[in-house]
Amino acid sequence: MTEPVKIVTRNFGVDRAWEIDVYESRGGYEGAKKALSMEPAKVVEEMKAANLRGRGGAGFSAGVKWGFLPRDNPKPRYLVVNGDEGEPGTFKDRALMQNDPHLLVEGIISACWATGAHTAYVYIRGELKLAWQRVEGAIAQAKAKGYLGKRPFGVDFPVEIHTHRGGGAYICGEETALLNSLEGKRGEPRLKPPFPAVVGAFGCPTVVNNVETIMNVPWIVLFGGEAFHALGVKGDGGTRMYGLSGRVKRPGLHELPVGTKLSTLVLEIGGGPLGNELKGVIPGGSSTPVLLPHEIDIPFTVDSLKAAGSMMGTGCAIVLDETVCAVRAASNLARFYWHESCGQCTPCREGTGWVHNILANLEAGSGKVEEVAVLLSAAKSIMGNTICPFGDGAAMPIVAFAQKFHDEFLRHATLKKCPYGGRFAA
Amino acid sequence: MAIWIDGRRHEADPERNILDVCLSRGLDLPYFCWHPALGSVGACRQCAVKVFKDDKDTRGRLAMACMTPAKDGTRLSIDDAEARELRRSVIEWLMLNHPHDCPVCDEGGECHLQDMTVMAGHLVRRTRFEKRTFRNQYLGPFVRHEMNRCIQCYRCVRFYADHAGGKDLGVFGAHDAVYFGRHADGVLESAFAGNLVEVCPTGVFTDRTLGRHYVRKWDLQTAPSVCVHCSLGCNTTPGERAGSLRRIRARYSGAVNGWFLCDRGRYGYEFVNSERRVRRPFVRGEAATSEVTPAALARAWSKGRVLGIGSPRASVESNYALAALVGPERFHQGTSAAQTALVATIIRILREGPARTPSLREVERCDAVLVLGEDVASTAPMLALALRQSVRRQPERAALELGIPGWQDGAVREVVGNRKGPLFIAASVANEARELDELATRTVRAAPEDVARLGFAVAHALDASAPEADGLFGRLPAQIAGALAGAERPLVVSGTGAGSEAVIQAAASVAWAAGAGRGRAAELVYVVPECNSLGAALIGGRSLAEAFAAMERGEVTGAIILENDLYRRAPEADVDAFLDRAGHVVVIDHLAHDTASRASTLLPAATFAESSGTFVNNEGRAQRFFQVFDPDSTDIRPSWRWIAALDGATDRWPNLDELQAALARELPIFGEIAAAGVPAEYRVRGARIPRALHRQSGRTAITANRELHEPRPPEDPDSPFAFSMEGAPRVPLARLAPEVWAPGWNSCQALNRFSAEIGGALLGGDPGVRLLEPIEGAPPAYFSPPRVDSLPEPPPDSLLVVALHHVFGSEELSALAPGVAELAPKPYVALGEEEALERGVSEREEVDLSIDGGPILTLPVRIRPGLPRGAVGLPAGPVRFVPAGSRARISKR
Ligand SMILES: Cc1cc2nc3c(=O)[nH]c(=O)nc-3n(C[C@H](O)[C@H](O)[C@H](O)COP(=O)(O)O)c2cc1C
Ligand code: SF4
Ligand code: SF4
Ligand code: FES
Repeated sequence: MTEPVKIVTRNFGVDRAWEIDVYESRGGYEGAKKALSMEPAKVVEEMKAANLRGRGGAGFSAGVKWGFLPRDNPKPRYLVVNGDEGEPGTFKDRALMQNDPHLLVEGIISACWATGAHTAYVYIRGELKLAWQRVEGAIAQAKAKGYLGKRPFGVDFPVEIHTHRGGGAYICGEETALLNSLEGKRGEPRLKPPFPAVVGAFGCPTVVNNVETIMNVPWIVLFGGEAFHALGVKGDGGTRMYGLSGRVKRPGLHELPVGTKLSTLVLEIGGGPLGNELKGVIPGGSSTPVLLPHEIDIPFTVDSLKAAGSMMGTGCAIVLDETVCAVRAASNLARFYWHESCGQCTPCREGTGWVHNILANLEAGSGKVEEVAVLLSAAKSIMGNTICPFGDGAAMPIVAFAQKFHDEFLRHATLKKCPYGGRFAA
Repeated sequence: MAIWIDGRRHEADPERNILDVCLSRGLDLPYFCWHPALGSVGACRQCAVKVFKDDKDTRGRLAMACMTPAKDGTRLSIDDAEARELRRSVIEWLMLNHPHDCPVCDEGGECHLQDMTVMAGHLVRRTRFEKRTFRNQYLGPFVRHEMNRCIQCYRCVRFYADHAGGKDLGVFGAHDAVYFGRHADGVLESAFAGNLVEVCPTGVFTDRTLGRHYVRKWDLQTAPSVCVHCSLGCNTTPGERAGSLRRIRARYSGAVNGWFLCDRGRYGYEFVNSERRVRRPFVRGEAATSEVTPAALARAWSKGRVLGIGSPRASVESNYALAALVGPERFHQGTSAAQTALVATIIRILREGPARTPSLREVERCDAVLVLGEDVASTAPMLALALRQSVRRQPERAALELGIPGWQDGAVREVVGNRKGPLFIAASVANEARELDELATRTVRAAPEDVARLGFAVAHALDASAPEADGLFGRLPAQIAGALAGAERPLVVSGTGAGSEAVIQAAASVAWAAGAGRGRAAELVYVVPECNSLGAALIGGRSLAEAFAAMERGEVTGAIILENDLYRRAPEADVDAFLDRAGHVVVIDHLAHDTASRASTLLPAATFAESSGTFVNNEGRAQRFFQVFDPDSTDIRPSWRWIAALDGATDRWPNLDELQAALARELPIFGEIAAAGVPAEYRVRGARIPRALHRQSGRTAITANRELHEPRPPEDPDSPFAFSMEGAPRVPLARLAPEVWAPGWNSCQALNRFSAEIGGALLGGDPGVRLLEPIEGAPPAYFSPPRVDSLPEPPPDSLLVVALHHVFGSEELSALAPGVAELAPKPYVALGEEEALERGVSEREEVDLSIDGGPILTLPVRIRPGLPRGAVGLPAGPVRFVPAGSRARISKR
């Protein structure tokens, strides 16, 4: 068996990889140089062939997204890189930005060239101070070298990168809320259409991509879209960052080929549950519906997770063992989503609060049996009826918990207390 | 074009959204965040319907009606079970935190949330948790804040900030604790804050003035009325109960004010209840004990030697009655010589053309604007609100080009961003908040003569045959000319505010010259001082100065003064001299003032709310206001009835219709005036139109403390309205509806039922008739610019006095409303930054001021940025009379 291919983590563990000389000594900026020697349309074509599915959660093909930019719009275009990483259980972009910020800069230069953007904004979650410092450092070094600025690599194609630090709202990771926040407005999602590709940052055509998505671009440019596609499964190419946290023996972050099984990740790489028994896996960040142990023997890809009734999300799984109370876990999630709802649309603003109230009461032992049904109905009616996918993300995991652990929910009501004896942290 | 709603075909305009179409077609579909003036944002999720791909699609998908264009052939269902369930759920969600305190809520009975709750069918409460609570804020004398009732529809901020440009109301917080308010307690800064009361679908923002003498909507008597607090003539719905006026609401007009009002118009009404009301006749300062008989009145003045002084705040009919009584030779307009001349010039310009004056709603659709010399935001606030919309017109086109319809508010605002269409402002003063300045492409602060010269230079740049002006402004005239010439609907705004004839003429020249390239003159709006300035001037008559002169010459021995405090219009000494000489002075007014206190006979006039009549607004639109209530004093009568009584001929004009007929016969310009209203004998299926809603209670018992018998409703000879809740249930002419109400729609949003297309004309047509139409295609008769060297050398060290208008405090009647008085400035003297620096005076320092060598006034200084050097500003209103063009000296104390 050959060495597994490392794309975005190839400089992990390398001393001072965030310094430009170290980065370049390991072949850095070759992808960007090559990109700028290609026709931009050819780069987009390679991206399409790569079947690089967005790593931010929605899993949309990056090449296809780039192709949505209107051709005849006279306005400037922008590239916005989403480094807000607020999804509970997710910690991959932070590691990527901290360890290899130049790969991000290189990816941005390549993506700007392909999309015709001269200005890129990197929106970084406020708490990720080190990541932000590293990205800022990389930008400064690249600028000093002339890789950014008026003529990157001698090509008359000015590129500027600005970083913007988020203020701590989870919703600002949603691309249109992010754009509002970037513009200095309240971080509230915008209704689509129009899509950012047509009306994005400052009213101009904009591509929004996740940090990891962008960091894959130089490799695709260097080795071709087909090669990238071949690393993964059909329609979902490359490697991706998989994370593990929660009640698991070996939590961590791994770059693995797309298609690695979820069970392999949890049971082999992660060493299985911390306790005696696996209770469930939240596969891709807190918004993705929990899977029961018998449901995890599937390839961890966008499409197969969807087929299993859950979602790929960010690829960072949270493991639950038998010590975890499902009601408490759900209640904890509900509290997060209630708190983070931007408050713009009614189902999410009010529904998340209601769901949280019911769950908190249930966990505290003051719930009623009939309220489990109210909970399910309240959560379900949020789904599909909101402005942005936050509403779905808030409701889906609750519905999954309440359905898959229905008895446990009812028992909380009949016992008038948490069978796990859990104190409830409200 | 048609769409299918629940299997039935409905005509639809593809430029609109489905919600708009459903409501226009009289279908019930609940909504919150959509507002016809504010467009759609799709946030509340209340307007869900099922939309089907085609007639084979049976599953369909849920969609927000307000976000879905009414494309030809669209199939949708309002009745679909899933859609109904979602709409019910939305109410259920909103009720999780809404306090349900309807019985103690001022919105109750006219609450959109109540209506939508019933409409959406949410019946059973499934929650038992605590509701979130907020701290309320003090927002000033007009608007009360009760945040717990908020349903987070965002309409308040969308109106206040996005539509009206206010800066001090925002959204705070997140999740189910989103807060709408100010950063801290304080008076709302916007002059349009009162609209929040109507824009908010629930009882968060309520009318504080109504709260002090509260009644429910259904217990009010109302009638279509017109605002008396500036010249724009916004339509209003005053509400009365038990002899006092309780509130004013905006009355929709598709041609004038749309949905809104400014706060002067909304809150000025309390002058009607003022303690300064004249409620009975006074003869030589003594209250006349018994009824003043016509014969006694007729004796009170000696026929033939009496002159009449009319008023720009009295109705057309009252002015005419006085003119008819004293004869045109002896009739004088109640305005200063300067003011009379300015208004006469404006009328000439508007009649002779070729520029046409647009309605306020048409102003919103203009796309390049030049404001010359008028502080619009202070003298005609709603015009400023309209201009705020017109600067959006050009940038908005980018959205249309992207296929984003105009009603999709969020997306359009994204595309528009900070871009603004051309707006140039040249004036000596700006409103204190400088709210239009911030929208302007360029602002020029200069003395009125220079403002005029700039205008003439623009005219010359547009049309070389217009006379050249002294070039003082570099490339600016060419820039302005380019913007106007390049626009689809250019507009020039000016008015009497600068007190300069040259400014008015310059504005006309620009509008005319804009026709050189386009073949059609630009639109032209003039702001005039008062609610009936144009109407009174169209009656004719000379100025106040000539009345004074006639008195001085001894040609007359007495005067009848109609609704006019002469001390506001002429120097005190002149008025004193006039009144001293007059042997007998009859004053007919509703307010006691200094002139009234000098009357030998003071007769109590009805206000706009107690009488019917006509005002002509700045557009030349004659609009009828109908009597709202019968005053409790039988002595209070419309001025024109007193005038008839003075004549000893009470039956000269038995009612308003007869008076109008006489007027129309005598002055052809008023030929159509009757069409502004309806004849008194108009009936709907034989019945009068009730002034109260069918639910009104207490009419038969309201006087039971005094009189056990059921009172007879008073007669109204002047209109088809009844002082009752009985009568025709529905009026086919929407402009005659005293209130908006429809089954299931108790709030002001019932308005959707009153026009064929929402936002368009009222059913049966918008109210008012335009009396002034320019002669089409008349060749422009350009005015000549003032020449620099023609101006007299000003006395050394003297400053030009300019009047500073305030939204609150400058207008006579509204200043008597307690809330308005609270916000009105105290007398002060304003200097520009440079002038103040040069003279070494600072903010609040007291200085001595003498106008034209008159008596010394001691006033505190206010530094007013932008006031040009060589000028001094005095607040109109708080400082009683400032003749245009006066010069003042100021000295440090
Ligand atoms: C509530 C919410 C939060 C999100 N947070 C993030 C985030 O933190 N980082 C991210 O890259 N994408 C996030 N997304 C997804 C973005 O909206 C968007 O799809 C993504 O940035 C596009 O990049 P990609 O196509 O490269 O994945 C979030 C989406 C939602 C609905
Ligand atoms: S779904 Fe939630 S987060 Fe998204 S717009 Fe609506 S309220 Fe805001
Ligand atoms: S205060 Fe009124 S208008 Fe504003 S969001 Fe709340 S309910 Fe809507
Ligand atoms: S009215 Fe349509 S979503 Fe609010």
